[in-house]
Amino acid sequence: MAARTRYAPDRGLTVRMTATMFLLGLVFVAFVAAIIGIGTAYHASSAAIVLFAVVLGGGFAIGSLFYSDKIALSTAGAREVSPTDSREAARLHAIVDRLCALADMPKPRVAIADTDMPNAFATGRNADHAVVCATTGLMRRLDNDELEGVLAHEMSHVAHRDVQVMTVASFLAIIAALLVRIAFYGELFGGGRRSNNNGNALPIMLILMLVSAVVYAVSFLLIRLLSRYRELSADRSGALLTGQPSALKSALTKVSGRIAQIPTRDLRTAQPLNAFFFAPAMHLSGQSGLANIFSTHPSLERRLAELDKVQQQLGRTAG
Amino acid sequence: MGFLDTLLGRTKPVQPKLDDLFALPSAAVTLDAGAGFKPTGSGSVCFRPVEGRSFSDVQKDVQELLNLSSHAEGGLPVEVSSDDYGFTWLVSSRMSDELEALVTDLHAVNSSLVDNGFGPQLLCTLVAFTDEKERRLALIYLYKRGTFYPFAPLSGERRNNALELQVQGVIGSDLKWEQDLARWFPVWGAPGL
Repeated sequence: MAARTRYAPDRGLTVRMTATMFLLGLVFVAFVAAIIGIGTAYHASSAAIVLFAVVLGGGFAIGSLFYSDKIALSTAGAREVSPTDSREAARLHAIVDRLCALADMPKPRVAIADTDMPNAFATGRNADHAVVCATTGLMRRLDNDELEGVLAHEMSHVAHRDVQVMTVASFLAIIAALLVRIAFYGELFGGGRRSNNNGNALPIMLILMLVSAVVYAVSFLLIRLLSRYRELSADRSGALLTGQPSALKSALTKVSGRIAQIPTRDLRTAQPLNAFFFAPAMHLSGQSGLANIFSTHPSLERRLAELDKVQQQLGRTAG
Repeated sequence: MGFLDTLLGRTKPVQPKLDDLFALPSAAVTLDAGAGFKPTGSGSVCFRPVEGRSFSDVQKDVQELLNLSSHAEGGLPVEVSSDDYGFTWLVSSRMSDELEALVTDLHAVNSSLVDNGFGPQLLCTLVAFTDEKERRLALIYLYKRGTFYPFAPLSGERRNNALELQVQGVIGSDLKWEQDLARWFPVWGAPGL
């Protein structure tokens, strides 16, 4: 069927994303095995510590998933708008309306953040609780086609349930980070007392801390990698939805060029939202290879190159 | 979307549902009898153009095809216009009693796009109606849902919700209505309306 070939999924991206998720799973399994090993071999109380970390970390993850829309909106200083509020709100709603009709999605709530930094994000635990937000800076700089490209990218995040996927993926890293801390303080305050009763207490805490630190570091890198792949697939789905990869390309070029010039004053408030932004506010100099592995978004060059592929795919004559 | 698609961040483009469009002529009879609205004879198909040679070729073919058929029957040529949001509208104008022919025209656009693999680009189809008081009304068909909804614009980007709900009630089960009112999105200034 012609329709199948024209909108074929990107196999390379699928394979790389599957591999990343497999590795994350592997780290998780190894981590659990190590903790069980430590617990049974030496000390029963470490099991209580781990349980505590899992409950606390799980609470964090569920809380942030459940309130992701409210947290994101208040962090970004955004307010929900209805079509009759202003011309800008009407424009945003009209574009979102059309995209929802094209993609057969329920309409998300629409919000505007009053800041000059050109950016957009989508969040919410599922499609029914999703919010799409654009900043006034973005809406002023982009024309309708470009804005539509950006919103299609954000709506693809909603369709792919990226908030859920990334929350599950970060769950392990949250627990590992908690364990590092708990073990560290346990070491500091409880270490002396316990070493009187039990000579093994000190190395157990140390081992627990080391294992957790390694797991945290590795899973952190993998999560960032996963986040970059999710961005690429959102770019791809967004461009396929609108049929205009070049509009998204020009939006990306405009936005990335401008973001670098914005002063860093806003960064502390913007940083926690980075994973769901259209372009990252924290610029870790996207070009060099080392900085790339820490960033939540692929480099501009990479994104433009991937969109070129979509462009070729769409332009190919059927037959 | 399936679990695997979610996990891998893929979206399958939604294919349009075309068949329900042919329910329009009989619904128009009911609408005339119940509320006094008659078709104006114009209707349009709205789709999102894709960049590149392939799509523009298809679009050109569709236009030629429609012009040929309407010319043979002494009708007006097809108009093409694009709106502020980058969507293209193909407007077909027929005599007001030729609703069957109009729907066939609109369906020709649909099927050529679908045959060439551009089915996911179809947004909606609009058929215009008016009554003796010159009130404007459109029945809009959403391809992805396979459902209809009424749209009655007033001046200045306001819509006559009361009339829309009345029309839905009058036509009743002759058309498959869009149940989710949040999806009755307005198309201000749509060509052919």
